[in-house]
Amino acid sequence: MEIDPFIFRLSIFILAIFVGYYVVWSVTPSLHTPLMSVTNAISSVIIVGAIVAALAGDSSNIFNTANIFGFLAIVLAAVNIFGGFLVTHRMLAMYKKKKKNK
Amino acid sequence: MSANLLAIFYLISGVLFILALRGLSSPETSRQGNLFGIIGMAIAIGVTIISTGNFSTGFIFLIIFLIVGGSIGAFIAFKIPMTAMPELVAGFHSLVGLAAVFVAISAFLNPEVFNLGFPGQIKIASLIEMSLGAAIGAITFTGSIIAFLKLRGLMSGSPITFTGQHFINLVLGIILIGLIFYLCNTQNEYLFWSLIVISLLVGILLIIPIGGADMPVVISMLNSYSGWAAAGIGFTLENSALIITGALVGSSGAILSYIMCKGMNRSFFNVILGGWGATEESSKSSSKEQKPVKSGNADDAAFLMKNASSVIIVPGYGMAVAQAQHALREMVDSLKKNGVKVSYAIHPVAGRMPGHMNVLLAEANVPYDEVFELEDINNDFANCDVAYVIGANDVTNPIAKTDPQSPIYGMPILDVEKSKSVLFVKRSLSPGYAGIDNDLFYRENTLMLFADAKKMTEDITKSL
Repeated sequence: MEIDPFIFRLSIFILAIFVGYYVVWSVTPSLHTPLMSVTNAISSVIIVGAIVAALAGDSSNIFNTANIFGFLAIVLAAVNIFGGFLVTHRMLAMYKKKKKNK
Repeated sequence: MSANLLAIFYLISGVLFILALRGLSSPETSRQGNLFGIIGMAIAIGVTIISTGNFSTGFIFLIIFLIVGGSIGAFIAFKIPMTAMPELVAGFHSLVGLAAVFVAISAFLNPEVFNLGFPGQIKIASLIEMSLGAAIGAITFTGSIIAFLKLRGLMSGSPITFTGQHFINLVLGIILIGLIFYLCNTQNEYLFWSLIVISLLVGILLIIPIGGADMPVVISMLNSYSGWAAAGIGFTLENSALIITGALVGSSGAILSYIMCKGMNRSFFNVILGGWGATEESSKSSSKEQKPVKSGNADDAAFLMKNASSVIIVPGYGMAVAQAQHALREMVDSLKKNGVKVSYAIHPVAGRMPGHMNVLLAEANVPYDEVFELEDINNDFANCDVAYVIGANDVTNPIAKTDPQSPIYGMPILDVEKSKSVLFVKRSLSPGYAGIDNDLFYRENTLMLFADAKKMTEDITKSL
């Protein structure tokens, strides 16, 4: 009997929840704000679905409703990706240790 | 590109995202972690574009849209003041939610592209997955908009409640499940649209009863939702990068919500059901009776702190509102020149989002190894000469330990009352967000400094 591919995806999902659980508990509380902004940026990987939807068919298709929704999603996700990673970078650059011998 | 190779690349970006979060375990490794995240994203976007094999007009549009969105994002990221981080994150959550809804709509209208069947004959499993993705995405979208408006002050931070609220939410929840069930049976397009509209409504109704002080929980919760929405879409599109990311973000937000609830000693459901702070009228009025309060000016405070050997600073949301973090660091610099040992104590729910105070102090060039979490510093208050409370209130209220009737009873607090003297910078004696009076104001060893947090801190620096 063959295993439904859904089960494999479910396994990835469940294992990733556990990975997330342990990784996030090890995040230092002082970095919880950057954690939120970076999770925000990476959850915008949803853009891959938007790209597939937007580029479906040939060039005459790009004004189909489904494609237009894809393009709209691309803009939204792009705002998030660039904004999320850059603002995280900006925050992390501010965290400095005490200067020695002071 | 073969489907297998594509899946391997998605797996690689998923692993890079895990490493991005792993990097945040310490500030030294965090910057490298962020880089991993960026590489993971670049790989995912790059291979997806190549896999579509469409480099005609659509591709040009894609690049234009990426540049437009990217520039807006970059502009916001560079312009936003650090005090506005909570609103920014709430705003970004709403975008993820809406993007999830749009992708779900695309998949519903054009299922062939994603190998999900044909319009009107979409596979049942895919239909359930995309309905869940769309519903959670829509709830995240409107919920985050409300959170954004409340944080930005465009909407009152006080809870909005009405009778039958929970009942309506329950009914809407049942309708949502029913809609998904009928959608699977009939594949009717209108059911799909109604599902989205009702989910949008649920998002609004879920967040309006939650008050301003509970925003750390709400933001974390919406963070979690945006993850589950992404995972739902990931299942629909059979994309492992999305499934892994969704699971990571979902559990991350859930853990943060848990930490925030624990910081307030409240259950998650208690926060979600909302209305906190609206029912505390009785305790508010009882405090109207005049109790003696010692108040002082900047010179008194400067004198006390200059002669102290150790000072602990307790910042709160008021510091963020007054933008006092830079003034505070200057004051600490002068104190250090006088040989005073200074450290900072951060309560888990200080501010409007997890870690908010740490970012503000980092912005003001406070070294992160001078900043301590509640459990690491709480014992030090007993040996400290002066506690300087700036913009915090409820998180220092000793009533949380003594009065079982109090709404904040059992909440972990910073034991500032144990220090030899307490300096409390506050505009007035008004109670904090929990709507309860702080016993600390009337203590023998407390000196109230009635002023704007920033102005008072600057004045103290001058007199030092």
